[in-house]
This record gives sequence, C-alpha cells and structure tokens, in this order.
Amino acid sequence: MVQEAVDVHMESRNLVVRYGNRVGVGVGGGVSLPLYRHRITALIGPSGCGKTTFLRALNRMHDLTPTARVEGEVLLDGENIYAPGVDPVLVRRRVGMVFQKPTAFPTMSIYDNVAAGLKLVGIRDRKRLDEAVERALKGAALWDEVKDRLRAPASGLSGGQQQRLTIARALAVEPEVLLMDEPTASLDPISTQAIEDLLLTLKEQVTVVIVTHNMQQAARVSDFTAFFLNGEMVEFGPTELLFTKPKDPRTEAYISGRFG
Amino acid sequence: MRRLYSHFGDRLFAFFLLLLALGVVALALLMAYELYRGGSLALGRFGLLGFALGREWDPVVQKAFGAWPYILGTFIVSFSALFLSFFPALAAAIFAAEYAPRWLAQIINFLLDLMAAVPSVVYGLWGIFVLAPWLRDKVQLPLYMWAAEHLPGLLPLLGVPTGYGLMTAVLILASMIVPYTAALARDAIALVPKEHREAAYALGATRWEVMRLAILPLARGGIIAGAFLALARAVGETMAVTMVIGNSHKLPYTLFGGAATMPSVIANEFTEAVEDLHLSALIAVGFLLFLVSMLVNSTAAYVLRRQERLVKGVL
Amino acid sequence: MTAKDLALKRRYRTERLMMALVALGTLLAFLVLFLVLAYALFQGVGALNLDFFLKDMRPPGETGGGLRQAIVGTLIVDGLGLLIALPFGLAAGVLLAEYPDHPVNPYLRLLSDTLNGMPAILFGLLAFILIVKPMGGFSGLSGAFALGFLMIPILARSTEGVLSLVPKEIREAGLALGLPRWRVILSLVLPTARAGLITGVLLAFARAAGEAAPLLFTAFGSPLLELNPLKPMDTLPLRLFAFAISPYEDWHRQAWAAGLVLFGLITLTSLLARRASRRRF
Repeated sequence: MVQEAVDVHMESRNLVVRYGNRVGVGVGGGVSLPLYRHRITALIGPSGCGKTTFLRALNRMHDLTPTARVEGEVLLDGENIYAPGVDPVLVRRRVGMVFQKPTAFPTMSIYDNVAAGLKLVGIRDRKRLDEAVERALKGAALWDEVKDRLRAPASGLSGGQQQRLTIARALAVEPEVLLMDEPTASLDPISTQAIEDLLLTLKEQVTVVIVTHNMQQAARVSDFTAFFLNGEMVEFGPTELLFTKPKDPRTEAYISGRFG
Repeated sequence: MRRLYSHFGDRLFAFFLLLLALGVVALALLMAYELYRGGSLALGRFGLLGFALGREWDPVVQKAFGAWPYILGTFIVSFSALFLSFFPALAAAIFAAEYAPRWLAQIINFLLDLMAAVPSVVYGLWGIFVLAPWLRDKVQLPLYMWAAEHLPGLLPLLGVPTGYGLMTAVLILASMIVPYTAALARDAIALVPKEHREAAYALGATRWEVMRLAILPLARGGIIAGAFLALARAVGETMAVTMVIGNSHKLPYTLFGGAATMPSVIANEFTEAVEDLHLSALIAVGFLLFLVSMLVNSTAAYVLRRQERLVKGVL
Repeated sequence: MTAKDLALKRRYRTERLMMALVALGTLLAFLVLFLVLAYALFQGVGALNLDFFLKDMRPPGETGGGLRQAIVGTLIVDGLGLLIALPFGLAAGVLLAEYPDHPVNPYLRLLSDTLNGMPAILFGLLAFILIVKPMGGFSGLSGAFALGFLMIPILARSTEGVLSLVPKEIREAGLALGLPRWRVILSLVLPTARAGLITGVLLAFARAAGEAAPLLFTAFGSPLLELNPLKPMDTLPLRLFAFAISPYEDWHRQAWAAGLVLFGLITLTSLLARRASRRRF
C-alpha cells in the first residue's frame, strides 16, 4: 500500500531523555522520528525499551520528574516545544494524553470529567460546554452509553467506559495530537475492540501516537510503526513494510516473537 | 509427642496473650462504667438532660450543678480553634506533600511531629507569660478603647480585656491542633495515585489546577478525618486551656473575658471538691466528655474508612 | 505558544496567589511552635543551672533551689506507669499483628483506638476512682496507673504497626524449621522488630512524661523529694503548672527551666524515634 502524500505534524530531533545518569531513551545519538498528520504511529518494543519515555517527552510530561532531563528538540508544526519561553501548559493543551489506567476523576460526574479541560481555559458558557461535551463523547464512542446519565459519577462506569471517558476528556479541548500510553493494557477484549475501532475514526481529527506492547494491535491500527529496543529507536517505517520486510535483524527477531 | 507438646505451647501462649490483651478491653469498659457510676449521684439528682443543660454551677451556696456553661465553652473553644487552624494546617500539608523539595518536606514532617509532642503545659506556660499579656496590651485594650469611643454596642460582646479568656485559649488551642489535621491531610494527598496528577497535567492544568481537579477531591476524606481528629484533641485538651482561659463559667461568654470548658473545670475544681455531690458532678462532666470524645473520634474513623475505600477503588 | 491570552494570564495569577497562600499558611501553622520554642530556649537557658537538677524546691518567696524532687518523681511515676502498661500494650499489639484472624481483634482495635482518642484527664479520673479512693489518698502509684492506662493503647497500636512491617518470610522460615508459633514470635519476630518496638516505647514514655492532667488528682505533687510511691509525688509537668499559676517571680523562672527540660526530653526522644524508625528490616 502506498501512502498518499502526508506532511509531518510533529517531529523529534536527536531526542535524549536521561534520568540522572541513566539514559531512558536516545542511546546512540538520540531519537529522530517524524509523526505524520492524521496518521497513527505505533511505538512498539519490549518493556523497558524507552517507548513510553519517548512518548512522555512529546508533551513535556518529564517536566514533572525532578531527575529527568530532556535533550534535543521536539518540533510541533516546526516550533520547538522545548525552546525557552514555551509554556508546557499550552503544549499539553495541543498535545493531549491518555494513560494506561483509566484516570477518570472519580468524584466528578461524567459531564464534569469531559468538561474539566474546557472549564480550565475559562469556558463557562453552558451551551458551548454542552455541545463540546456531546461532541467529545461522540468522538470517543461513548455518547450512546452515557447520554442518559451525564450527571452520574464517573466512578460508576466500567473500566472500558472509563478509558473512553478519558479519551473524551482529552478530545474535548480539541488537541492536535493525542498520545496514548498502552490505552488498552488494562481492558478486556471487548473494550479493547471498541477502542481500536475508535482509533480508526479518531485519526480524521487528530494525529495519534500510541505505545503498545501488543504487536497485533500495532499491525491492526497503525499506519507507521517505530521499534524501540534498549533505549534506542531501531527502525521506523510504514507499518506494513516494517512487519513484512524489517530491515534490521533485531526488528525481525522481535516481530517473529524470538524475544520480548 | 513433640508435636503435641508444641501445640500445647502455642495454645498456652495465645491464651496468655488474649488474657493480657483483654486488659485493653477491660480498660475501655471500666472507663465508661466507672465514669458513669462515679457521676451517677449528680446525674441521678438532676437527670442527664437536666445536668447537661443546667446553667447553674454553684458548689457552695445552692449546691446546684448544671454543666451547660462547660459544654458551651468546650463547643465554642474547640470549633473556633478548628476553624482557625484548618486552613493553615491544610496549607502545611499541601506544601509538604506537593510543593516542598524533599529535604524541606522532611523538616516540616519533623516539626509536625514535634508540635504534637510538645507538652501541653509548655504551651500553657507560653500562653500565660507571653501570649496573654501581649494580646491584652496590643490587641484587646486598643480594641476595647476604640469600641468604647466609637461603637459602645460592641462592648458587651468584647468583655473585659484581661488577656486571660476565650480568645487566648482559642489561639493557643488552634496552634496545638494543627499537626492532627496536617498529618492526615498530608498522608491523604500523598496517597493520590500518580496517574491522576498526570492526567490533570496532560489536560494542560497548572499546578494549582491539578491540586483542585485531581488531588484535593480524592484526598477529601483524609482531610475531613484529620479535621475531626483535631477537633477531638481540642475537645479534650486540658492544661494549656486551663492555664489561659480565665476559668469563669459566668454566662454569657465574651470574646476577651474568662470562660471554662469541660476538661478545665475538672482540672480546676477536682482537688478542692470536698462534698460527694460536687465530686460526683465533676466525674459526671468527665462522663459527658467521654461521650463527646467517642462521638468525634468515631466520626473521624468512619470518614477515614470510607476514604480508604475510595482510594482503593481508584488504584 | 507563549503566554499571551488573557484567560491564561488569569490562571497564572491564581496559580501564584494560591502558591503564596500555601506558603503563608504553612508559616502561620508553625508560627506559635517557633515562638514557644524560642521563648522556652531563651527563658529556660537563663534559669537552668546545676542546682535545678541537684536541689529540691524552696518555699514560696525564697529564691534558689531546684526541682530535683520533680525530676526524680517524673522518672519514678512514668517508669512505674510504663511497667504497668508494657505487658498489656505489647500483648495486645502482638495479638493484633500475629493473630490477624483472632475473633477479638476487631473489638480490640476499635477499643484501643477509642482509648487513644480519649482526653488524658479521663485516665486521671479513672485512676482516682480505682486507686486513690480505695487507698484513701493521693499517691505516686495512682499517678503511675493513670499514665499506664494512657500508655496501653499507644503501645498496642505502635507494636501492631511495627510487627506488621516484619517480612512474613521470617515467620515462614521459622515455621518451616518446625518451630512452634510462640517460639517464632518470641525468638524471631520480636527481635527483628526490636528497634521499632523500642521506638514505640520511647514515644509512649515521652508522651506520658509531658502529661500533667492525669496527675492532678493522682500523684498530686509534693514539695519534697519522695521516693515512696504510696505517698504523693511530684513530676515536672505538675510542678511547672503549679509554678506557672503562682505569683512568685523565682518560681516563674523555674517553670521556664522545667519547660525547657521537658521540651529537650521530647525533642530527644522524637529524634531518636525518627532515627530508629528510618532503619528497615
């Protein structure tokens, strides 16, 4: 399959993340990786390979870890998000994130969870909030299940529903890029299916970067795949190509199940 | 044979443990029973309600005993102290758990332990010789003079500016109960899972917004439980309050004037009580204090258990 | 991507305001503690001398003398109290931690928590009713009982906490050797937890050493050195209280000295406790 012409939305250049003296990701010159607009890029590799560390560098989540240091550049539409004077709060509004464990705020209602990000930026208008919440919940394929109980506490939802709620919450602020850190790792197969289906429609709105340890999942949903091993990005390419004709013997070993 | 022997040893050991541990049970039951029995003379004479709501406490002339002035005093002093200490204590908890670098957080934790450990008589000593005179000269007198000139209607509320009274007791007490709220709030904040903070940060929240969105709602139970524990401490605090409150049960209480609480009247009058009825009335006050303490402490325990379930559900 | 729009400026203003409030509140929370410590230090150091430890108090109005009788009394009353409390507190803690399924445990835990939250003065009332009245007078022993009652629930919960930190592999290893459970507890679990147990005992001792309320109508106080626990005895907090509410200048001075000594004792034990509890098994 030949990809139609696509442009680069986000891009890392020689990115290295260190925890103290230990290199978390970027062994051997740093990671340079393009993330294409309205495409899904999967980051795969065995646990501890640095894929999550790389993902968290894309919206400056490492700022919260005192020992972590980031070197190199991450360009968002050509602008370096690590340049001096750039506000991480604004970066994170444009680059949303969904975590492995569903993190719905348990004391808030479903509605308030989705509206949380919007209220932060000062949107108080009832009608605008209502519309945005509905749009986000529909976008996360959750609307039909919760439209009758928007005021109910989010803690009453199932794990899969909570995970889609956090996706809706991330979508509500209309980010350009959505980072997903093993979003289905703690879910049952049916919920996993629902989220994978959702991913395919999501990419019409946003650029998606997904970390997964499940190679089948990467093969099913992603357009591009990057393979990480021991803190190094070994190989990057169109998903089909990477899974059928890997260039690096280590990639081949991994996808044929010889380790990890 | 050996097996049988060791089995016997185990049973003997467990039996002795149980016997001694039942001492704790006995102690709690004895306390309730003996306080009730000791106070039964007064409670029988006036009735539980009559005693609790009676406004007259006169061991000398009328030989009438009503504990209402002390109940009211305890109520006013402990709730005011909780109100004053709650936000500083919460701030200290937030600072220690979220904002401070590790070394500073450790110092704060040590200071919180220390604050809870400094004996109550030492706070009282400072209250008598430093706080009370200072409040009298720098706060109460000027305020009193000002009110006398501009707003005489306020004077009955202010009372006599002696320094030893309600206001001083509340201020001392407020600073003594800070560590109870702060320690529980700090632990509750620290227990909020990392994922929830990160989720809020990832939404583009600032530090305080993360606190408001993700942390405080989840830690709410621990914070409330801490407030109840602090309240329980305030209710039972004896020495520091006795030393600065002025020990007057004359109603109505005023801001500057003397007051009395349930523990303070026991501390004050017990060794002077010669008549059985007086002694019994003081023990009856102790019984009421027992009931109030149990109520407040159980509420704290209940809130804390619910909090634990909430956080466990999230993890 | 720099802070431009107004809403964001407002959010950062809130951020700074809350940060300032949190810092201010923290300072406020510790203000009185600092002041109390500073005064105890300055006033106390000036009043503290060798006589304080070596001589008994002088009659009102006279200067000089010390508080030997109160220091010795504190050690005796508190020490006896600890002896009374130890078997009960330790046993309850061991039962809670080592026999988790024991049917009395829920009640035991509930009641020791209830006792832990009780005002100290109520333990004094109880000791008055149980000891002073039958014996016909105030005594150091009744004070020891009041403090002992107070320490029992503290010891029970601290023992339980410390023992629950002992890795269960240690117990399993002992049981696998064929040792009976009581031997495992006495010769393996308790020695492993020794540092923590000592910490708990120290903290309970320090807490009781600072209490005056339970002693007001039990140990009662005495101006002379008294070594017979059946007679009224003095303790530092009791004496501090009596001196503080007295009209005599020299007694006020001694009260500050007593405050400093008490404070030093408390700080020392909390520091020791902190050191001991930082060590892990």
